[in-house]
Amino acid sequence: MKFMMLINLGPEARDWQNLDEAGREAIQAGWQTLNETPGVTPGTGLAPPATATTVRVKDGKTLTTDGPYVETKEALDGFFILEADDLDAAIEVAARVPATRMGGAVEIRPVMEWQQS
Amino acid sequence: MAAELEQAFREQWGRVLAALIGFLGDFELAEEAAQEAFAIAAERWPRDGTPANPGAWLAATARNRAIDRIRRDRTLAAKTRLLANTPASEEPMDDTSFPDERLELIFTCCHPALALDAQVALTLRTLGGLSTTEIARAFLVSDATMAQRLVRAKQKIKAAGIPFRVPPRHLLPDRLEAVLGVVYLIFNEGWGGRPDLTAEALRLGRALSELMPDEAEVQALLALMVLHDSRSAARFRDGERVLLADQDRSLWDRAQIAEGRALLERALALHGHGPYVVQAAIAALHTEQPRDWPQIAALYGELARLTASPVVELNRAVAVSEADGPAAGLLIIERLELSGYRYTHSARAEMLRRLGRADEARAAYERARELADDGAERRLFERRIAELDAPAASARA
Repeated sequence: MKFMMLINLGPEARDWQNLDEAGREAIQAGWQTLNETPGVTPGTGLAPPATATTVRVKDGKTLTTDGPYVETKEALDGFFILEADDLDAAIEVAARVPATRMGGAVEIRPVMEWQQS
Repeated sequence: MAAELEQAFREQWGRVLAALIGFLGDFELAEEAAQEAFAIAAERWPRDGTPANPGAWLAATARNRAIDRIRRDRTLAAKTRLLANTPASEEPMDDTSFPDERLELIFTCCHPALALDAQVALTLRTLGGLSTTEIARAFLVSDATMAQRLVRAKQKIKAAGIPFRVPPRHLLPDRLEAVLGVVYLIFNEGWGGRPDLTAEALRLGRALSELMPDEAEVQALLALMVLHDSRSAARFRDGERVLLADQDRSLWDRAQIAEGRALLERALALHGHGPYVVQAAIAALHTEQPRDWPQIAALYGELARLTASPVVELNRAVAVSEADGPAAGLLIIERLELSGYRYTHSARAEMLRRLGRADEARAAYERARELADDGAERRLFERRIAELDAPAASARA
């Protein structure tokens, strides 16, 4: 199965500038291990939610608003793709994302498989 | 014959369904096939006689029906592909034995990726064989709500990739805790006055005890439920709740107490020291006369350490009050942050009464009465208040 691993950093990990050296190294080491885990296709981090712009279209009119479409504190900060046997395997990988130990979270979403016929 | 069928259904449903889900990898399809097999049994068994191994007969019949259905329904590409990918389809299912995959099933139903109410409903439906209507009634929701809850849970299992298996060793402790939690929740739902749910929880507990004979917490949960259940006949008198201390002990089921103690001993022999072992040990001590309050208080202390639950701490306060006097118990209660819980107030009231602080006791009982969640409980607190007002009549009958 293919999973999209959606990462929310939480305020502590998002505040990269104010992390001490040891904190940054631990996060980088955690990510290095993750990216080398079989089944992981590394994704990317996103600029902070304060930089987000949300677009909706209503009655043909494009509505543009400042900020993410979820609350800032729950906003998406990064993602990667995981190929794993089942949800249990995906949960084990998710639990190794450094942000999960720092008040952040990972949402696991199976990638929709469109049947070709 | 109808009774025999009913019994076969109760006994075999969970196991037949588990084997089918293991084979088909699809809850919905398995459930339909199992239902069909039971319908065929209802038609044939009275005519041809009950087969020697009803479970294997039902599983084989359901399996054949499912295969027929998949073959008929070629347009359901996903399901045929599923079947083609299942190596087990090469092995004909033996008529005398079939795999017992109830453990795989219960671990799937109690997967933490499902909401707790969905775990409970799904466990009752698949392993217990309760109908959607029965489960809806037990949890006071409409049939439609419950049907939707079950459908969503089954869809999530399939779409999210929740595996059908007993978790590997390193995941087992957490996942077993979830399974035991669901079974005990069902028991506690039933304890409020729905004996069908209590019976179902006991059945699930027995199945788990049989399937995981070496897991101390599994044996201990069954011990705990059996020990509680041994007192079920004494808990109500003329529709009124009777507290443990006032129960007619001749109504306690001695056989169940003996069974519960034997299960607890087995759990202890397995070096169990988890929360269910401690709770079962406490329940066993409560069946003895006189009760060993210092020991009960010590065990509640251990349980409070394991669970960090304020309700457990409240129970410890009550035990301490019996062991060392009401002042010592009161000291623990005053430190608790549990003021929205009726028993905090009733326990505090009882300690205050014993200390001769009648006005404070009355106020605490009144608070407990305001928080009571059913009539029998409210009347119990009202009787306590009446006894405070008429101390001469306070023989606690």
